[in-house]
Amino acid sequence: MIGVELRLMVRRRRVWLCWVLLCALPALIAVLLATTRLAPPPGRSGNFLSAVVTNGQLFPAAALALVLPVFLPITVAIVSGDAVAGEASSGVLRYLLVRPVGRLRLLTAKLISVAAYVLLAVLFVTVTSYIVGVAAFGFGPDASLGGGGGVASLSGVVLSPAELLLRTAATVGYLALCMLALGAVGLFFSTLTDSPLAAALGVLALVVTSAVLQPLDAANAIQPYLPTSHWLAWVDLYRDPILWDSVREGIGVQLGYVVVAFGAAWANFATKDITS
Amino acid sequence: MTAVITTSGLTKRFGRVTAVDGVDLQVTEGARFGLLGPNGSGKTTLIRMLLGLVHPTAGSMQLLGHAMPRGAAEALPQVGALVENPAAWGHLSGRANLRLLDAAGRGGRVRDRKARVDDALDRVGLGGVDRRPVRAYSLGMRQRLGIAAALLRSPRLLLLDEPSNGLDPRGINEMRELFTELNAAGTTVVLSSHLLAEVEALCTRVGLMDAGRLVLDADLDALRAPTGFVLLRTPDSARAVALLDGRLDGAPVAGSGGDPELRVRHADPGALNAELVAAGVRVTALSAQRRSLEQVVFELTGAGSDRVERARTDAEPVGAPPR
Repeated sequence: MIGVELRLMVRRRRVWLCWVLLCALPALIAVLLATTRLAPPPGRSGNFLSAVVTNGQLFPAAALALVLPVFLPITVAIVSGDAVAGEASSGVLRYLLVRPVGRLRLLTAKLISVAAYVLLAVLFVTVTSYIVGVAAFGFGPDASLGGGGGVASLSGVVLSPAELLLRTAATVGYLALCMLALGAVGLFFSTLTDSPLAAALGVLALVVTSAVLQPLDAANAIQPYLPTSHWLAWVDLYRDPILWDSVREGIGVQLGYVVVAFGAAWANFATKDITS
Repeated sequence: MTAVITTSGLTKRFGRVTAVDGVDLQVTEGARFGLLGPNGSGKTTLIRMLLGLVHPTAGSMQLLGHAMPRGAAEALPQVGALVENPAAWGHLSGRANLRLLDAAGRGGRVRDRKARVDDALDRVGLGGVDRRPVRAYSLGMRQRLGIAAALLRSPRLLLLDEPSNGLDPRGINEMRELFTELNAAGTTVVLSSHLLAEVEALCTRVGLMDAGRLVLDADLDALRAPTGFVLLRTPDSARAVALLDGRLDGAPVAGSGGDPELRVRHADPGALNAELVAAGVRVTALSAQRRSLEQVVFELTGAGSDRVERARTDAEPVGAPPR
């Protein structure tokens, strides 16, 4: 069943469109920056964007910071909201269930396919933006001076390309987990309704609510448990030495979201009457 | 005869609407069973419960000897089903759809998958189907694909909800022949329909549902027993009336075939014919009258739930048709 879900996913035009658009936005910005050489001053616009002009290798980090707040959640909401509700509305769901495919197995396969989607999305953005970044901005002045293409970390210490690769890989994993938490919530919403649109909008409502509450002092008590609170913790991975605290906390909270949302999805779906 | 379907006191309520109400049904292996009833009488909900899609509020059921819905993993691999409408992934071809559906469940050798899919497509007349996505299929093609999906694993029991939807008369006839052929090979066929002619042509036994209850479960032959009347057509209707005086039921009716038709109270068409011919009355048509399935159905059921009358003071709540 997992294989079937993955095959279904990669044969959906919608999924490919999401991936392409996610990669296109950073590429567009790279082109604009490269042609105008007008980097935003540090502290404004996305993280890393000001440093990118001098070293293309930082562009993946900048690109991830660009798609993270809005575009990535939108595509995750679309894909995960469609997971069960889409098949319920088309009717395929009932034929899968009488095939028979166990309900837990079906749900697990769907979560895995959502996980594959987010991992590939983050990975594609990273890889394409690395290529685009290096092509547009080069390896940075250090490379031409024999510095081996080193990159300055946020703390000012120079990172070697190998170290940078490692940190980028950790970032990909961390962001994929954050998005998977959102995807698990989407999967839960998707079992509640027969309308994929309603489930996707529910996920976006959650993201917006969380983003609104996050800066409020009045919401300090729940602030650590908001899904969006830890989304930017990965920035700490580019410090030297790495500040693990908020990353570790983020991993805990996001895993909690995955477990709770999947549990809720299972509890609802296990005994649900399939009347669509 | 073993029973493939047994239900006892099966009940399903959706909120205030009772979709299925205490149904006790038994279908024996090898039968061709037709489930009839007006729209919203609970046929589809009953079929969904049997397949474990909808959980009963009360009562119990067994499918191929396994209690449902707990025994779904054992029972369902031997069941082929069409529930309400066929459904498929619209962006894939019919063949790709069947392959994925086959791969989704356990059992069956992977190596034989292509052969299984091709065989099912051949059976429903889609063997030559191309790579067009199902989105572009006509209603009839989708219906055939749905039936092919039901046949995929050579099931012991076929549960088909409205299998003739969207098919043209030739297609309906083709499917009837297919089901008869499968039934002869040992497959039990259960189908729901509101096309009485289709059920009459295919089934050996019928169940009739009305407002959630099973109001009739009988052999078709028993239902269509002779009524004790003989229908007679003759050009010499005046002489026939004189001869059969007292045994006639009503006056001669001008028939569509030209000759007037008389309804005679008589048990034996053969003896009646001999009597008429001996008296010099020409007979153009003569047959024992049987009750039609339509008459039986209309006697036992009310209007379907898709007919919504203006509410009267004591009107019972009219629920949405349970789907």
